[in-house]
Amino acid sequence: MFGKIFIGSLLWMSLLGAAQAESLLINGAGATFPYPIYSKWFDEYSKLHPDVHFNYQSIGSGGGIRQTSEGIVDFGATDGPMSDEQLQKAKVKILHFPTVLGAVVPTYNVPEVQSDLTFTPQALADIFLGKITKWNDPEIAKANPGGKLPDKPIIVAHRSDGSGTTYVWVDFLSKVSPEWKEKVGVGTAVKWPVGLGGKGNEGVTGLVKQTPYSIGYVELIYAEQNKLPFGKVQNASGTAVKANLESVTAAAASAKMPEDFRVSITNPPGKEAYPIASFTWLLIPAQISDPAKGKAIVDFLHWMLQDGQKMAPPLSYAPLPKEVVTMEEKAIGQIKH
Amino acid sequence: MLIVALSVLLITAIIALELYLHSHLSIEKFGWAFLSRSTWDPVMEEFGALPFLYGTLVTSAIALLIAIPVGLGVAIFLSELAPRRLSDPITFLVELLAAIPSVIYGLIGIFVLVPWMRNVLEPILGTTLGFLPIFQGAPYGVGMLTAGIVLAIMVVPFIVSVSREILLAVPRSQREAILSLGATRWEMVWIAVLPYARSGILGSIFLALARALGETMAVTMVIGNRPEVRASLFEPGYTMASVIANEFTEATSDLYLSALIEIGLVLFAVTIVVNALARLFIYSLSTKRGAVRT
Repeated sequence: MFGKIFIGSLLWMSLLGAAQAESLLINGAGATFPYPIYSKWFDEYSKLHPDVHFNYQSIGSGGGIRQTSEGIVDFGATDGPMSDEQLQKAKVKILHFPTVLGAVVPTYNVPEVQSDLTFTPQALADIFLGKITKWNDPEIAKANPGGKLPDKPIIVAHRSDGSGTTYVWVDFLSKVSPEWKEKVGVGTAVKWPVGLGGKGNEGVTGLVKQTPYSIGYVELIYAEQNKLPFGKVQNASGTAVKANLESVTAAAASAKMPEDFRVSITNPPGKEAYPIASFTWLLIPAQISDPAKGKAIVDFLHWMLQDGQKMAPPLSYAPLPKEVVTMEEKAIGQIKH
Repeated sequence: MLIVALSVLLITAIIALELYLHSHLSIEKFGWAFLSRSTWDPVMEEFGALPFLYGTLVTSAIALLIAIPVGLGVAIFLSELAPRRLSDPITFLVELLAAIPSVIYGLIGIFVLVPWMRNVLEPILGTTLGFLPIFQGAPYGVGMLTAGIVLAIMVVPFIVSVSREILLAVPRSQREAILSLGATRWEMVWIAVLPYARSGILGSIFLALARALGETMAVTMVIGNRPEVRASLFEPGYTMASVIANEFTEATSDLYLSALIEIGLVLFAVTIVVNALARLFIYSLSTKRGAVRT
């Protein structure tokens, strides 16, 4: 009895395997932040092209960069662009293609405060440096006239794991605070001067929700979907902006995009721009040896820039600005397949 | 049979070798100072294992300090004092505790234990025993004391189930002999039963310690993840297993990866050293008296 079931299931699995072998399998790995939208895209694309199947593993930007550099995967994904050093060390030449935009927001837990707090860049930097230690500090109070800020110590929460979210946050802090740039610097994981570490956006959220008078940073999408209170941040023009799809797209539009798309859009000049936003990129090898894979990847990129972008807002990702889409359409021509 | 036994040794040797080989970048750069440096700076690429070593040893020590009396107490209760009708279901429940995944312990830690620590226990300890440096500072809720308590809850089942078996294996003659000399129930346990079962109980304690040293998920959720060496138990800390779990996937530079793997090597070495000491200790005890050998 069991023998028959066993043989039967083996036969069935091999049939499935044979069916799969007909379709083209393209492997990718990388950032966790865009995983929901990439999942949707790959799923929708496969419905349109049943013979192409994308397999994406969200192992983290670091893993994505590593594996694409080694040529282990067909493409990668990262929240922080590769550095010149990383590009040089890579075994293959790699091109960056921005896909969507994300933002990082300051979330806090202050029972006395009912409305949104506004933070100046200096306030955020000094809180995370440990220089501002109380909620009623003048630097925070001056941006929140009329807000009754309590005389309580601020408990800082940050990410304990390496992440693109951290990268964007510290990139912003480095731009607005020379002291942060010198003392701490930029990276997916840094030596935090103060604060408790939580694992993942969930960990930071848990810490902030559980600890009164705490402040932390999380992805915008995460804050929106979990209904976390988050504050406005003053941008380079002096406007206090709350992160949403419009202000994030405005940040991308106002920043100058270089040829290779590796750009940081934190603290941009635009009036409506949210200052702590970032692109997320697909890493595509400039030379794809398998012609079928190459054609599929190029086709997918074109589709992503048109139809794919329409699927971003419902999932709370900000779509790319039109200028960037135009530049990318041209740049896809650089991929040799 | 011999080949199967040797294969276990072989796997251990391969693990040790791989850890050593992949951490050579970090070993070359930092040498033995890696174990005494406290900086963990991935941006400047300065790494040191001391805060993690300290955190691992301190949380495991707290866990054992709590778990040994509690675990032994429960084991004695279950083997000596409780009627059979009560001891069987309780034993079953205690062993069930050991089967709960550590992530669940972490979640209970965050949502139940941490608020209680911040609002109840840490303030009480701070006001009554605040003169001791280990109970000073602001109560965050998360910290080394909380991690130690979560670990204690996780390792108690190990101590209870093994010790209970060992205690039940002590021959009746021992108990009856001392009772006939006029000992009370408690004296019987303390003088006749426990010393006889000593090496087995110690074995269970070292098993618990091994679990505590390597526990990752539950600890990382409640320890605060701060790589600093601090005297106070209220302060956040960091353990070796936690930092590897947290930072491994995003470690981009080779030196960073290598430093994390070296921490893995240090954890491996600490576990081996502790187990070796345990074995030696038990061996030395068991050759002294005719005690139960495990």
